[in-house]
Amino acid sequence: MAQDGIGASVRRKEDFRFLIGRGLYTDDIKRPGQTHAYILRSNQAHAELRKVDTEAAKRMPGVLAVFVGTDMEADKVGGLPCGWLIKNKDGSPMKEPPHPPLAIGRVRHVGDPVAVVVAETREQAKDAAERIEVDYKPLPAVASIAAAIKPGAPQIWDVAPGNTCYDWHIGDKAAVDAVFAKAHHVAKIDLYNNRLVPNAMEPRAAIGEYDAASGDYTLYTTSQNPHVIRLLMGAFVLHLPEHKLRVYAPDVGGGFGSKIYHYAEEAIVTWAAPKVGRPIKWTAERSESFMSDAHGRDHLTHAEMALDKDGKFLALRVATNANMGAYLSTFASCIPTYLYATLLAGVYTTPIVYCEVRAVFTNTVPVDAYRGAGRPEATFLLERLVDIAARDMKMDPVAIRRKNFIAATAFPYQTPVALQYDSGNYQATLDQALKAADWAGFEGRRAEAKKRGKLRGIGVSTYIEACGIAPSNVAGALGARAGLFEAAEVRVHPTGSVTVFTGSHSHGQGHETTFSQLVADQLGIPFDNVEIVHGDTAKIPFGMGTYGSRSLAVGGTALVKAVDKIIAKGKKIAAHMLEASEADIEFKDGKFTVAGTDRSKAFGEIALSAYIPHNYPLDQLEPGLDETAFYDPKNFTFPAGCHICELEIDPQTGTTHIAKFTAVDDVGRVINPMIVEGQVQGGVGQGIGQALLENCVYDKDGQLVTGSMLDYCMPRADDLPSIGVATHATLCAHNPLGVKGCGEVGAIGSPPAVINAVVDALRDYGVKHMDMPATPMKVWQTIRAASPKQAAE
Amino acid sequence: MYEFNYQRPKSLADAAKALKSAGDGGKLVAGGQTLIPTLKQRLAQPSDLIDLGGLKDLAGIKVEGGKVTIGALTTHAEVAHSAAVQKAIPALAALAEGIGDPQVRNRGTIGGSVANADPAADYPAGVVGLGATVHTNERTIAADQFFTGLFTTALKPGEIVTAVSFPVPQKAGYAKFPNPASRYCVVAVMAAKTADGVRVAVTGAGPSVFRVKEMEAALGKNWAPAAVDGIKVAPANLNQDIHASAEYRAHLVGVMARRAIEAAG
Ligand SMILES: Cc1cc2nc3c(=O)[nH]c(=O)nc-3n(C[C@H](O)[C@H](O)[C@H](O)COP(=O)(O)OP(=O)(O)OC[C@H]3O[C@@H](n4cnc5c(N)ncnc54)[C@H](O)[C@@H]3O)c2cc1C
Repeated sequence: MAQDGIGASVRRKEDFRFLIGRGLYTDDIKRPGQTHAYILRSNQAHAELRKVDTEAAKRMPGVLAVFVGTDMEADKVGGLPCGWLIKNKDGSPMKEPPHPPLAIGRVRHVGDPVAVVVAETREQAKDAAERIEVDYKPLPAVASIAAAIKPGAPQIWDVAPGNTCYDWHIGDKAAVDAVFAKAHHVAKIDLYNNRLVPNAMEPRAAIGEYDAASGDYTLYTTSQNPHVIRLLMGAFVLHLPEHKLRVYAPDVGGGFGSKIYHYAEEAIVTWAAPKVGRPIKWTAERSESFMSDAHGRDHLTHAEMALDKDGKFLALRVATNANMGAYLSTFASCIPTYLYATLLAGVYTTPIVYCEVRAVFTNTVPVDAYRGAGRPEATFLLERLVDIAARDMKMDPVAIRRKNFIAATAFPYQTPVALQYDSGNYQATLDQALKAADWAGFEGRRAEAKKRGKLRGIGVSTYIEACGIAPSNVAGALGARAGLFEAAEVRVHPTGSVTVFTGSHSHGQGHETTFSQLVADQLGIPFDNVEIVHGDTAKIPFGMGTYGSRSLAVGGTALVKAVDKIIAKGKKIAAHMLEASEADIEFKDGKFTVAGTDRSKAFGEIALSAYIPHNYPLDQLEPGLDETAFYDPKNFTFPAGCHICELEIDPQTGTTHIAKFTAVDDVGRVINPMIVEGQVQGGVGQGIGQALLENCVYDKDGQLVTGSMLDYCMPRADDLPSIGVATHATLCAHNPLGVKGCGEVGAIGSPPAVINAVVDALRDYGVKHMDMPATPMKVWQTIRAASPKQAAE
Repeated sequence: MYEFNYQRPKSLADAAKALKSAGDGGKLVAGGQTLIPTLKQRLAQPSDLIDLGGLKDLAGIKVEGGKVTIGALTTHAEVAHSAAVQKAIPALAALAEGIGDPQVRNRGTIGGSVANADPAADYPAGVVGLGATVHTNERTIAADQFFTGLFTTALKPGEIVTAVSFPVPQKAGYAKFPNPASRYCVVAVMAAKTADGVRVAVTGAGPSVFRVKEMEAALGKNWAPAAVDGIKVAPANLNQDIHASAEYRAHLVGVMARRAIEAAG
C-alpha cells in the first residue's frame, strides 16, 4: 500500500484552508454591487393572510424592492416541487399541495416566508421589514401528529382531507395477521421518534445574480447537490433553461441532509435579481435556520413482533404516522416509505413484514431527510423491539439477535421488504464489538457502580442500513422523479497531473482527500498531482450530489469508470509508442509496460503524447486524455454493524453519563480509515444527541418552543464519550471498489444502543421503554413513577 | 441591531453622567454577553450604549480584611483563575468556572451578571449564599436586599455597580445542575458557614435567588450533608419549562444542597 493510497489515513488536504480561515463559503462571496435580502417570516402557525402592506417598507432608507407572494405568482413562478410521488394503498397518488416560495393567501407554519425586502444593507432590509404590515387572521393550528390525526382536527390543506398526505403500505397484511394469530408471543412497542433540527454549523445562504448582457443567471448556494437545484429551480420554479443557469455551491459547512432540498430563498433571490438589477444575497440567522431548515424524524409508531417459543422472529407488523410538516419538502415523501419500511427486516430472517405509513400535514416546518433519513427510525424501532422481545421471553439480548441473524453464507439475501442484501457478516461485527466493549465483564462493572450509587446499563444494537439509493429505473418505478446515478470527469493534463470533476459534493466529508487517494492509487501518480473539483454546474458534467452516504459508492464508482477509460485509451497510445499490440500492454504503478518486457512508458509520457500527438495514432484515436463516465448502481449498498453503549445514571438527578461507546461497522472497503473514523464518530455524536439531548418542541398552538440553542440541546464535546471505532469489511458485491458508505451508520446504529442501555440501567424499576431523548427530567420522573418511595428520598 | 450612540467614558463620574443624561434610552454595557445578543435580536432599542470597558479601576480582585472584593468589570475567567479567590473562597472560583463557556467567561463580568439578575444565573447564589455586599457609585447594598425579583434588583436608574465584596466564609460549597441546552442553572445552590451563621442560597429554581431557612437552621445545628435530608422546598412558586418541572426543580434543590455541603467539606 502506498503511503497515501487506498487504505492510508491521509490527512485531509481541504483542512488547511479551513484551519487558516480561507475556506470560501457562500456568505464569504461578495459580488460587485451586491444587495441584501431579508425575509419576513410568519410569526403565526396558521393564519389567513388578509393583507400584506409593503408601502411604508418601500419608503424606508436603502430599500430597493419589497416583494410578496402575489408578485411571484403574477410572474408565473411555480411552486417548490416534491421529488418523489408516493401512492396510496388504493393506488391513487399522494396529495401534493402547492408550495409557493412566498406564501399566498395563508401561512402554514411559524417561519413561513411572507415577504422579501431587498436593500443596500442587511440592517436596512431588517428595519424596513418591521414596517411591513401583515394582517393575519389566525386559524386553529395542529402542531403534532396526534393533533393532526384527531377526527375533526383543523384542516391545513383543502386538498388533503384529514391532514393526510398519503396512506401507504408494503407487505401482505392478511398473511402477516395470520402469522400473528398463531404466534407463541407478541412483543409490542409504542414510540415517538423525536423531531430533530439539523443545525449545520454554516447557516444556509444564497446569492442570486443576473447578467443582463448575456442573460445568464447564477445562484451561489449552500447546497449538497447543485445540479439537482439547477434542475428543480430551473425547470419547475423559475422556468430557466439549464444553459442559462449556473448553480455553484462552494465550500459548504455541513449539511446532514438539510441542504439537499430546493428552498424558497434560492428561488426568491434568483427571481428578484433581474428586477433589482444587482446581485442579491440572503444569509440565514441561526434563529431563522431553526424555523426554515427542513427538520428530521418525527414518527409516531406502533409495532409488534411475532415470535415462536424459541425466540425466532415470525413476522413484524408496523403502523407509523410520519410528520411531513406544512409543505412537502423535496424528498420528504420517500423518507418514511422507501428509506424506512424497506429496512424493517434489519439483519434478521423475519420472513414476513407488513408496514403501513400515514404521512400527515401539520403546522410545522417541513420534515425531510436528516442524517440517516428513515433508516434511523427503522433501526430504532426494530432494535428496541428486539430488546423488548428478549426481555418478554427472558432471553439474553445478544442471544436473541444471534438466533435471528441472516447467516454470513446466505448472501445474496432477499428480504420480505423489497431489498436484496449483497454481502455482510453480522456475527463477525457483533463478536468484535462484544469483545471490544468487554460485554462479558459488564455485570461486575454494574455491581461496582451500584456501590457508588449509580445505575449502570449496557445496550446493543445490530443495525443495517441502505446507501447509494438505486438503481434509477427501479426508483423511478417506485415514484422517484430523479435519476440516482453519478457523473465524473477525469481530465489528464499534458504533463500528467489530473483534475477530477465529480458530481458528488463535499460539505465536510473530505472528498478532496478520499477521491484524490482513489485516483492517485488507480493511476499510480502522486496524491498531490490530483485536484478534485466539485459543486459547480458550470464545470461538472452533471451530478446528483451527496446524501444517503452515496458519494464513494456511487460517485467513487463513476470516478473509477472514468479512470478505466483513461487507462484504456492510455494503453492504445502506449501500444502505438512502444510498437506493441494493445493486448500486450499492462498498466501498473503508473507505467504502461509491454507484458514480459522492460519496455514501458510512464503515465506522464502518455499524457504528453496525447496532447502533443507527434508520435500518435491520429488515424485511430482522438488526441487528448479527458474522459467522462456516468454510473448508475445496480443496487443499494448495505453497511451494517454493531454498536454497544455502556452508561451510568445518577438516580438522584436522572443524569445519564456515557461511560463507553463501541462501534464496529462494516462499511465495505475503507479508503481512508481516519476519515471513516471521523464520519462514524460524528454520526454517533448525532445519534447520542438524538438519544439523550435533542428534541424539537412545538407548543399546541404551533409556536416553536425550541427556537434557539438556549432550549434546543445540541451535543457538546463534554456530552460525548471517546468513541471507539473499528471496522470489519465484507466487500460490496456490485461495485468495483467494494465500498458501502460510512456517512450515516453512526447516526443509525447508535440511538437504540443508547436507549437499550438506559432501559437496562433502569431494569430494577420495571422500565420497558423510554422515548428519546432520555433527558435527566424524564429519567428522574420514570424512576420516581416506578418507585415513589425511593424518589421521595 | 438598531442604531445607537456609542460612548466610552473614561471615569466613573463621566459614566454616571452619560447614563443620567441619556435618560430611559441609556444602557450600560460591560462584557456584552447578555446585552449584545439582546440587541442583535432587536429585543432592546437603547438610544445610547455606555461602555464601561474604559474604567480600568473597576476591574480586579483584592483580598483584605477578611473580604474578597471583586471589581464590577472583573471577568468570570479572572475570578475562576485567581489564585487569591481559589484560596480564600474556592467555591466562588468554582462557581465562576462553571459559567457558560470559555468565550463567555472571558468577556462576561460579575457586575453585569448581578445587575442583570437573570433567574438562571450563577452569581446570585454566590452573592446571597456568601452574604456579599454590592457596591455602587452611590451606596452599598446587602445581598439580601439586592435581588428583588425576576431580572430586577435594588439598583436605581442610573446607578452603576462598582464591586462586590464577599466575606471569607469558614466553609462554602457550590453545586450546579445545568440546563442541558443553555448550561445556565436549572438549580444551583451555594451553602456557606459564615461568621454570621449558615446561609443556603438557591438560584435557577425560582423567579429570583432565595434562601432556604429550614436548611440553614438544620445546618446551623449540624454542618453535615445529612442535615438537609428530608427538608423539602415546595414546588408551588418554582419555575417550569421544557427542561424541568417545578417538582423536579424542588427535588433538585435538595440534591444540590446536599452536594454543595459535600463540596464544602
Ligand atoms: C452562551 C452564553 C452562556 C452563558 N451561560 C451562563 C451561565 O451558565 N451562568 C450565568 O450566570 N451566566 C451565563 N451567561 C451570561 C453571562 O454570564 C453574562 O456575562 C452576564 O450575565 C452579564 O455580564 P456582562 O458583563 O456580559 O453584561 P452585559 O451583557 O454587558 O450587561 C448585562 C446587563 O447588565 C447591565 N450592566 C452591566 N454592567 C453593569 C454595571 N457595572 N452596573 C450596572 N449595570 C450593569 C447592562 O446594562 C445590561 O443591562 C451566559 C451568556 C452566554 C452568551
